[in-house]
Amino acid sequence: MNTKKYLLYFAQEHLNFRFEEINSLLSLLKIEMDFIETPNKTQPYWLVKFKSEDDVKLLTNRSVSLRSCMELWAYSDTIEDLHRQMKQYPYELQAPYMQENQSFKIEVETFCKHFTQKEKVDKLEAFSYLPVKGKVKLKNPEIIFQYIEYYGTDPKSPPENPYMVFFGCWITNGLRQLIQNLSLKTRKFIGNTSMDPQLSLLMANQAQVQSGDIILDPFVGSGSLLVAAAQFGGYVLGTDIDYLMLHARTRPSRITQKERDKDESVKANMAQYNLDHKYLDVLVNDFAIQFWKDDLRFDAIITDPPYGIREATEKIGTSKENCTVSEEHLPTHIPAKIEYGLSHLYYDLLTFSAKHLKLGGKLVCWFPIFRDDYNEDGLPTNTCLKLVANSEQILNKHTSRRLLTYEKIGEPCGDIREHRNNIIDFRSKYYDTREETRKERRMKKAMERHRNRKETTNHKK
Amino acid sequence: MKLLTHNMLTSKCMKGVNIGYPLKIKAVDLKESEVDFNPDFISRIIPKLDWNVLVSAASSIGKNENLPEDLLPEYEKNTEFLKRVHHVLLEVDVVNGELICPESGRKFPINNGIPNMILNEDEV
Repeated sequence: MNTKKYLLYFAQEHLNFRFEEINSLLSLLKIEMDFIETPNKTQPYWLVKFKSEDDVKLLTNRSVSLRSCMELWAYSDTIEDLHRQMKQYPYELQAPYMQENQSFKIEVETFCKHFTQKEKVDKLEAFSYLPVKGKVKLKNPEIIFQYIEYYGTDPKSPPENPYMVFFGCWITNGLRQLIQNLSLKTRKFIGNTSMDPQLSLLMANQAQVQSGDIILDPFVGSGSLLVAAAQFGGYVLGTDIDYLMLHARTRPSRITQKERDKDESVKANMAQYNLDHKYLDVLVNDFAIQFWKDDLRFDAIITDPPYGIREATEKIGTSKENCTVSEEHLPTHIPAKIEYGLSHLYYDLLTFSAKHLKLGGKLVCWFPIFRDDYNEDGLPTNTCLKLVANSEQILNKHTSRRLLTYEKIGEPCGDIREHRNNIIDFRSKYYDTREETRKERRMKKAMERHRNRKETTNHKK
Repeated sequence: MKLLTHNMLTSKCMKGVNIGYPLKIKAVDLKESEVDFNPDFISRIIPKLDWNVLVSAASSIGKNENLPEDLLPEYEKNTEFLKRVHHVLLEVDVVNGELICPESGRKFPINNGIPNMILNEDEV
């Protein structure tokens, strides 16, 4: 029985995704975790217990939300009490970390309040009673002790004294460094709507990607979701209706870039991160017309469909009746496209996933909403798919997008007609509300001008 | 396009096509490159393949690697065999060429390794 307590220390970013990510990873890694106290949604630390230390390492090493974890030796709501506890901490528990041949350092971290280096050194020296025997080493020591003071989450008015203080021994870090390594700023091939690496990695964790899985992104674009999936060992496939995008012939997305390099591609991105052995293929393909064979099963489907704002929602088709493309035009013909409404698109996406996911496999996708209209009943549904996670990323005052994770719980039977939720047309509403505010803004400016003019004429009088 | 992907594609979605499988391959440019060998992945993927289709597709582009007509028993333990399957599935890339629907003869061009499966508006 492992009686040790652990502190999970989160990065204070994308708070809405934290619980969902950890839950998904606990289930993927088959780990049990118990709360010592129930955390609120905004605090950056969780106090927890695990069956073994390996479990906390496994979890932290796979998490994007977590900065680090530590074995917690003492915690309190006052600094004095923490030191009192530490002075009484049983020597036999400390001894393994305080051998003569072990180099060490003590890190002082203050959350949400700034201190000078001098003040931090004073805080550190308050621990001079620790029975450490090894040498201090600031770079790559064998043992890192951590002292954390927590001053709440409002940086504008931190309290005089910390709400909580913690002392313990650092165990391992989460994947925050990977977010930097996969940065879009240095990526070979990006598009206008490439997903940032942090959210891409979170999506791969929601999808529970494991080594050797086959992963599909049916709206692949520049392949940013596939980079994250491959990072966790997935073999990746992508399709997209945009021929020019997949062949990197669209206008470059970087303002500093005049034209795209010849060798930009999804494959080149994978090669940049030494993941080219995980790249299977990308195909130019209309999602409404599938070329995958019926019995093909993916381990996960991870995607960010177009919302009709920055990327068009289109499929092949025409409103003309009896249209034919004549023989002479065939070689250079560009197929006509028609609107692919969000209701249709998500209906197709869930139907496709119900068919082509393995049992227990996950569909992870974004879904745009108007915050005022949001109602969970309005989300896309399918009888074979169970919604297992749903977190919001706020985009602006009116809109947000939700990251939905569905699990396949049954095989589709042919005779059930799936219910299609009528999804509010995001695009037209988006432009309607924008139009309104733009109009309001115009009116406001006109009124202001009018008032100013009046005032100046009054002055003249 | 890799032969693994080819094994998973059908043109059944087209009007008047019943099975549409397997697609024929016309390879103009082939490229062979070294890809990290992962025996677990290959063992896992083999039961999901249409083996006969893989063997004939590999032969049709001259990259058969002496794959047997019938799958070997206990192939998971046969590293040498898995390596050959690995080569055919993941290391051979059709860079330029065509995929051809076996029933309608519709051609799908492959450029720069990327197959174009887009139909025209009069075909959907």
